[in-house]
Amino acid sequence: MPIDTLDRFEVKYLRIIDENGTADPSVMPPLPDALLKNIFEKIVLARTFNQRAMSLQREGRIGTYASFYGQEAAQVGSALAIAEGDWVFPSFRESGVLIALGYPMRRLYSYWAGDERGMQAPPGLNVFPMSVPVGTQAPHGMGAAWAMKYRKEKKASITYFGDGGSSRGDFHEALNLAGVFKVPAIFFCQNNQWAISMPRQRQTAAKTIAQKAIGYGIEGMAVDGNDAVAVYKATTDALDRAKRGEGPTLIEAFTYRLDDHTTSDEASRYRPKEEVEAWRVKEPLIRLRLFMEKKGLWTREYEEGVGKAALDAVDREIEAYEGMAAPEPSDMFRYTYDELTARQKRELKEFGWER
Amino acid sequence: MEYMQREKISYRKAIYRALDRVLGSDEKVVFMGEDISEYGGAFGVSADLYRRYPSRVISTPISEGSVAGAAVGLSMTGYRVIVEIMFMDFITLAMDQIINHAANIHYMYGGQVSCPIVIRAPAGGYRGYGPSHSKTLEGLFLGIPGLKIVAPSTVQDAWGALISAIYDNNPVLFIEHKLLYNMEGEIDLDYKIGPIGRARIAREGADVTVVSHSYGTHLSMRAAQELSAQGIEAEVIDLVSLKPLDIGAVAASVEKTGRLVTVEEGDLSGGVGAEVVSRVVEDCLPYIDGRIVRVGKPDVPIPASIMAESRVLPGVDDIVDAAKRTLSWE
Ligand SMILES: Cc1ncc(C[n+]2csc(CCOP(=O)(O)OP(=O)(O)O)c2C)c(N)n1
Ligand SMILES: [Mg+2]
Repeated sequence: MPIDTLDRFEVKYLRIIDENGTADPSVMPPLPDALLKNIFEKIVLARTFNQRAMSLQREGRIGTYASFYGQEAAQVGSALAIAEGDWVFPSFRESGVLIALGYPMRRLYSYWAGDERGMQAPPGLNVFPMSVPVGTQAPHGMGAAWAMKYRKEKKASITYFGDGGSSRGDFHEALNLAGVFKVPAIFFCQNNQWAISMPRQRQTAAKTIAQKAIGYGIEGMAVDGNDAVAVYKATTDALDRAKRGEGPTLIEAFTYRLDDHTTSDEASRYRPKEEVEAWRVKEPLIRLRLFMEKKGLWTREYEEGVGKAALDAVDREIEAYEGMAAPEPSDMFRYTYDELTARQKRELKEFGWER
Repeated sequence: MEYMQREKISYRKAIYRALDRVLGSDEKVVFMGEDISEYGGAFGVSADLYRRYPSRVISTPISEGSVAGAAVGLSMTGYRVIVEIMFMDFITLAMDQIINHAANIHYMYGGQVSCPIVIRAPAGGYRGYGPSHSKTLEGLFLGIPGLKIVAPSTVQDAWGALISAIYDNNPVLFIEHKLLYNMEGEIDLDYKIGPIGRARIAREGADVTVVSHSYGTHLSMRAAQELSAQGIEAEVIDLVSLKPLDIGAVAASVEKTGRLVTVEEGDLSGGVGAEVVSRVVEDCLPYIDGRIVRVGKPDVPIPASIMAESRVLPGVDDIVDAAKRTLSWE
């Protein structure tokens, strides 16, 4: 008997708007103008937040910060596909996702200034604290989706992580579990081509991260992560499938980290300038601007207005953050357990932190 | 590379040189970790080693558990492996490989195979890195038979203990403290620490024994100076090795001073101090002449706020106070 082929696979890649701002009509979804403008405005807002965070860090007004510059389309495009009630499990890179979801920027600044209260999501916003350990949040997204399935809710979870995170066993086990139990979970990988100093090809010998879904029997697809519309479409489709009970999806967004890994890194030590410059011209706002201009949705005045409003909003939030009262040191005792232990009560007294 | 016989260098450099010496003299030594090649390691320890030993200094994917497991496989079949965990906090991801495999294998195979692995882990806080980049986790490993633990505090011991750890036929957890890397000290290349397991008397004194390790030793020495100015002479013992624990050195000192303070950065619950105190009480209760005090971290996660962090991690003042409290039973 000749060798049989038991199965065949392909890895799909979605790009809708190219670098010149031209949309492919065969895949372009019918998006309302208001949504396109919202994407644009949220990208500008997120970028403004990011720029200010970088300068606040230099001035010593916040601590070490992880910039998402260059990844705004992946972050905002996916975030705007998330519906009320869905659960979000971000990594430390995802400030932009949170901003697009309406997370108060003052809290993000306070988080990056070392105040854990900054990760207390306001009521109604189902956002988990950013995972600082790399990739180990993937099983949480699986578990939260499992809870939705138990409760028969039409909801889904979305877990964000990086290309480096895909090397962690937790990521693989989460995908496997999600497939076995067919839960409504989206695993969203921002492949920004680098994990600190390690380029993507040194994380995995596979051509794509998207294809890892195949081994776990779940949907997987790649998308141009600098094309906000493609990201929005891929995420919306995946969430819809999940909510219809058709199981999990892994999405890999090809994007690029234009800044250093964090403010304590210096990427010029390990990556070529030419590579960065080649990606700089592919950054997400350029093509969105051109596309919207063709549709009559963009003018210079429009962008100026959006930029001004973003700056004002960010300034207001910085002011609010800097006006926040310092955290109570006793909080760390208070929140370690659900209740204070006898020993902690004594320790609180010894520290003089009783309230 | 040729180094000067005696020289003043940093703790970071001492570790680099120990790695260089071993990699340079033994083809069967492999060094792996995240971002340890071009990047030079998160704390700059590995620097240019990858250029000198390109096939044996290897940046791995972010897979702590599998890298530790691969180290087990490599070491069982003839290699000596050094694994750098970027921050000690992430050693948790390699726990199964360290505890259920590396530490058990010599026993399970009836002594036929061993796992000469060194897991290097930068620990410690005081830098505002928050709850998942600041931990000191040696307490978790004290109850793991088959595993050794060292946490040197001086440049000389960092050099000596690392070479000893690499040539030890058991898995060794090698704890470095982030605040020690820039500290300078004298190094003598001929210095040999010998087998792991001996403490060092860092300062002699007759009034109170202060036992610590790693960065805590430096805090204890500063406290000893302040105490001395107040007429109290502390004997500071630097454990260097936490497992095996040189309880003989501690007991001999307590028999002399009658008083004991332990200092550590990790949690008081189930920590090094808990172990030292119980053994001292077992061995030399009749000599104890005042209350015993442990200095360490209370039962809370490490906050990112530097102000709050500096309060919950031990400081010089805490050690001075503790030493004074041992002088009586009140
Ligand atoms: C489990 C774990 N190992 C190592 C680290 C140190 N570390 C922090 S970020 C990072 C790289 C992450 O790369 P990637 O997943 O691609 O995310 P990106 O930073 O590019 O957004 C590493 C190794 C960590 N935080 N957690
Ligand atoms: Mg990355």
